[in-house]
Order: sequence, then C-alpha cells, then structure tokens
Amino acid sequence: MLAFTIRRVSQSLVVLLIVGLVAFSLFRFVGDPVENLLGQERTVADIERVRTQLGLDQSFPVQYLNFLKGVVTEGNFGVSYRQGRPVADIIAERAPATLELAFVSALFAIVLGIGFGVYTAINRDGWISNVIMTSSLVGVSLPTFLIGILLIYLFAVELGWLPSFGRGETVMIGGWSTGFLTTSGLKALILPAITLGLYQMTLIMRLVRSEMLEVLRSDYIKFARARGLSQKAVHYRHALKNTLVPVITITGLQLGAIIAFAIITETVFQWPGVGLLFINAIQFVDIPVMATYLMLISVLFVSINLIVDLLYYMIDPRLKADGGAAGH
Amino acid sequence: MNALSRFIASDFTYKFVRSPVAMIASLVVFILVGGAIFAPLFTSQNPFDPASLNLMNGFSHPMEPNQFTGESFIFGTDDQGRDVYATILYGMRISLFVGFSAVMFAMVLGVTLGLIAGYTGGRTDTIIMRIADIQLTFPAILVALLIFGIAKGITPPGRRDEVAIWVLIIAIGLSEWVNFARVVRGATMVEKSKEYVDAARLIGRSPFTIMLRHILPNTLSPVLVIATISLALAIIAEATLSFLGVGAPPTQPSLGTLIRIGQGFLFSGEWWILFFPATALLALALSVNLLGDWLRDALNPKLK
Repeated sequence: MLAFTIRRVSQSLVVLLIVGLVAFSLFRFVGDPVENLLGQERTVADIERVRTQLGLDQSFPVQYLNFLKGVVTEGNFGVSYRQGRPVADIIAERAPATLELAFVSALFAIVLGIGFGVYTAINRDGWISNVIMTSSLVGVSLPTFLIGILLIYLFAVELGWLPSFGRGETVMIGGWSTGFLTTSGLKALILPAITLGLYQMTLIMRLVRSEMLEVLRSDYIKFARARGLSQKAVHYRHALKNTLVPVITITGLQLGAIIAFAIITETVFQWPGVGLLFINAIQFVDIPVMATYLMLISVLFVSINLIVDLLYYMIDPRLKADGGAAGH
Repeated sequence: MNALSRFIASDFTYKFVRSPVAMIASLVVFILVGGAIFAPLFTSQNPFDPASLNLMNGFSHPMEPNQFTGESFIFGTDDQGRDVYATILYGMRISLFVGFSAVMFAMVLGVTLGLIAGYTGGRTDTIIMRIADIQLTFPAILVALLIFGIAKGITPPGRRDEVAIWVLIIAIGLSEWVNFARVVRGATMVEKSKEYVDAARLIGRSPFTIMLRHILPNTLSPVLVIATISLALAIIAEATLSFLGVGAPPTQPSLGTLIRIGQGFLFSGEWWILFFPATALLALALSVNLLGDWLRDALNPKLK
C-alpha cells in the first residue's frame, strides 16, 4: 500500500510539475513581461531594473523554481494583463459563482440520475421508462451549448419565467458571494444548472439502471424476496445500496468534468464564473489568467484521479496482489 | 471477379442494404457533404462576398417574400441580408474541412504512436501510453481549448485570423489522438506475436516495413470505426469552440460561428438565423455518429 501510494503521489507530482513548466513558459516566452509592465517612456536603466526585480536575469531553472515557490507559498500567480490586478484575487472573486453552479448541477444530476435509474430498472418495460430512456439518448447527442440555447428560448424568451443570463442578486458573506439567498439568485441558477448537469444525469441514470438490473438478478435478492421482505425493502435496502459503489466513483470522476464543461455553460448564460473568465482570457490573450486556470484545473483533475485510484486500491484486493501494477 | 463486384457481393454491402438506419444516415451525410463541397452550384449568392448582398433583404422571414425587395428565401436571411441557406452550405464547408483535417491529423499521429508503442514495447511503450493516460484524464474539449489558447498566444496578433483554422485543426487533432493510439497499440500487440510477423522478420524485413506493410493493414477496421466516431466528435468540438468565440474567425464562419451569431437574434424574434444552422449541425453530427455505431457493429467479427 505504502509503495503504491508513494508511486502514485510522485507520478501526480511529476504531472503537476510539467503543467507548471508549461504555464511558466507561457509567462516567460509569450509576450515580453517587461514590455507589459513598462510603458512607452522607458529607459535602458528602467528595463534593467525591472529585469532584476522580476529575476529575469537569472537562469531558466532558477526562475522556474522561484515561480513555483511564489505559487505554492504566497499564491502569487502574477498580474492580469487586461485587468491589471493580481490573478489570485480575480479568481477568488469568480470562484463562488462556478462552485455554486457546479454544486447545484451535481446535485441535480445525482438526485435525478439515481431516481430515474432506479425507476427505469424496476419498471423495465413501462412506457414512462421508455420515454425516459429515449429522451436520454437525445440529451446525450445534443451538444451542451445547444441545450442551453434551447432552454433559454423556451423558458426565457417564449415563457419569460426565468432569466437568461447572469447570477441575479447576490449576497456577500465574508468574501463569498452567494446566489442561494435571494429569489432572483435561485431563479438564475435553474437553467444553467440543468444545462450543465443534463449530460452527467443521463450518464448516472444509465449506470444506475444497468447496475441495478444486474443486482436484481443476483441470488441474494432472490433470497431476500424468499424471506418475504417487502418490495420496497428489497429494492432500496438491498439492491440500491450495492449499486452505489461504481456510481460514487463515476460521480467523483465527473466532478472535474462538470467544472471543465462549466466553461461552455457559463458562456451561454454569461455566468460570471471562472470558466467565462478563462474564455475571455483566451480571446484577449491574457496569459497570466490562462496559465493560472491551467494550473488550478490540473491540480483539480490530478487530485481527483489520485483519490479515486487510491480508493480503488483500498477497496479492490486484486490490485494489491499485483503490487498495484494496474493502477487504474 | 473485379473489385467492384466483389464489394457488391460482400457481407458488408449485404448488412448495409439491410440496415435502414445506416442507409438514411449515409444519405443525409452524402447530401450535406455534397451540398457543402458544391455550395456555389446550389446557391445563387456567395454570403461572404459583400458585392452579392443586398442590405434591403435583411431579416427576411423564411419562405416569405421580403417586404422591400419581394425576394423570397427558403431559410430567411440574417441582419446583413445573407441567405441563411447559403451561409449554412458555406459554413458547413469550414466545419467539415476542420473536422476531416483534425481527424486525419489525429489518426496519423495516433496510429504512428500506437504502432511504435505496440511493436517496440518496453520503455517507449510506457512513455507513450503514460502520456495518453494523463491526457485522457482531461476532457478533450478542455485540451483543445488550452492548445488553442497557447497557440494563439504564440502567433503574432496580426496573423491570428488567417492561422485560426489551422490552429483549430491542430488543437482538435491533438485532443483526439489517444483513442487511435490505444486501439492500434492493442491490435499491434496481438498481431506482433503471430506467425506471419515472425516470418517477415526472418526474411529480414526492417521493423519499419513490418509495421507499415504487415501489421498496419490488419489493424485498419477498428481505426476506421474510431475515425468515423471521432469525426462526429470533431465537428461538435469545432462548433463548440467557434460558438465560444475562440474558433473559426468571423471572416470564415463555421456552423458554430453561425449559431453564435444567431443566438444574438433570438431575443428579438428572428429565430430562423439560429434554428437552421443548429439543425444542420445536429443532422450532420447525429448521422455521422449513427454511421459510426453501425460501422462498429458491422465490422465486429464477434457479431457475425
């Protein structure tokens, strides 16, 4: 276990170091940082001074180490070219919007996904199940941005029930701006959350359904029925519990995907989160913002994968037998 | 028997004729691709040539004569009087060109790396597959976005629009090579241990020739399936990037760009500017996808 953990953690660290190197090379070689800081009226002495100040006169590896030290110890990600403010501050300001959106859509996906999955597994040939299964197929083949536009057209333009863009009114609680406490904030969350969660919901639903069908055929369910337990107890106490292990792992892995796909949803709904910030950074070539997003999202993905791998290793004794050679 | 009659008598053709889904899907693909390639033959105006546009035609409703000029357009026109039908055909050219080129790029890269990894094994294999594993943990669209962002940063500002299409192809291609590499590597490892490869090695063929002339032809049918499914993915990825405003430039709009433009008119009631390009995109992606699914089943020897 220890050897496997050490190997997996060091692999993750190598990946993060490489991502950091890419991010740093972006800073260093795309555009001239000195040029971006000093205006037109600069002297050779100014340039020299700023170069020393930024440590640009040192060798590349030393600069890279200093950069990493700044990122890890002080959270220093540089200054946005476009807004002229520290990137860390901008991201901290935008993060609540994305995290709240991701949370609500994950909740939507899990609750409805498990609910529909269980329902379609138990009533396999009912017409409602067929409707749910067919519409899930359509949902999977529609690109995310078209789903968003469709929802906007239906609920914002035609029916006028829900807002089509933005977060509504937000309340600041100790540096965290939340939309959960106002009616307009909650209303604004509905459409983006459905857009973002729909794909994950169909994924979870199909997974729960197939796992549940498998479990319902097994001997211990027959035995539970033979003992005269009620349908409800058999379905929910015995069957559902055993389908949840793969569902939890898949959901964990999908968390990263939700944050990544939030880029598209946030653009469709002009949601002021980190994803929209990233798209704008690409459009205006705001390198520090791009590089920071790259690093943060990598940390997220690498840690999720690491945790899932380690959990598997703990749960599945077969992996221990081959010394964790098949680490995933 | 010549090649054509052999093809007509094959299992493959038999299965194709028996599958209505495959026939309809390929008919749709055929019409859309044909319409895009021969766009100038099917449209009277080139929507990207300002000289052929008449601003008075702006915002014509579909199938209704325009109130100023009396001209009628089957899918209506946008704010600048561009025929939506013509912009779809011309936009699909860009979408298909980017999709095809990206898949070709991904295929060449993935097949080459997969062959090398599977045939040589050892450390080369470990390195290539480790990179593939790492890339697979990130969603493809995110990888494409990052590559696009980096490439945009590297190109000088004045030339960004003209290279945008190529950057798009490289970004989407690099985000999709992994599937090719995995499948080809797996197939190569199976083929490698067969006798015909041993025989080729014994008569002194170079590893390069063995990989290219002996092993590669035997791994082609899964590659074809992945290429078809990747094409649908690439078309959607391109549309998504262009919709986000980081793909095809406004001077060369693809279906995604058209949808982005159309979204702006949704609130003022001009639904057709969005609706028809979106439908075209869906029809294209869905039929390529269905064709890929059918191809996977048809070429799978286990299902025979």
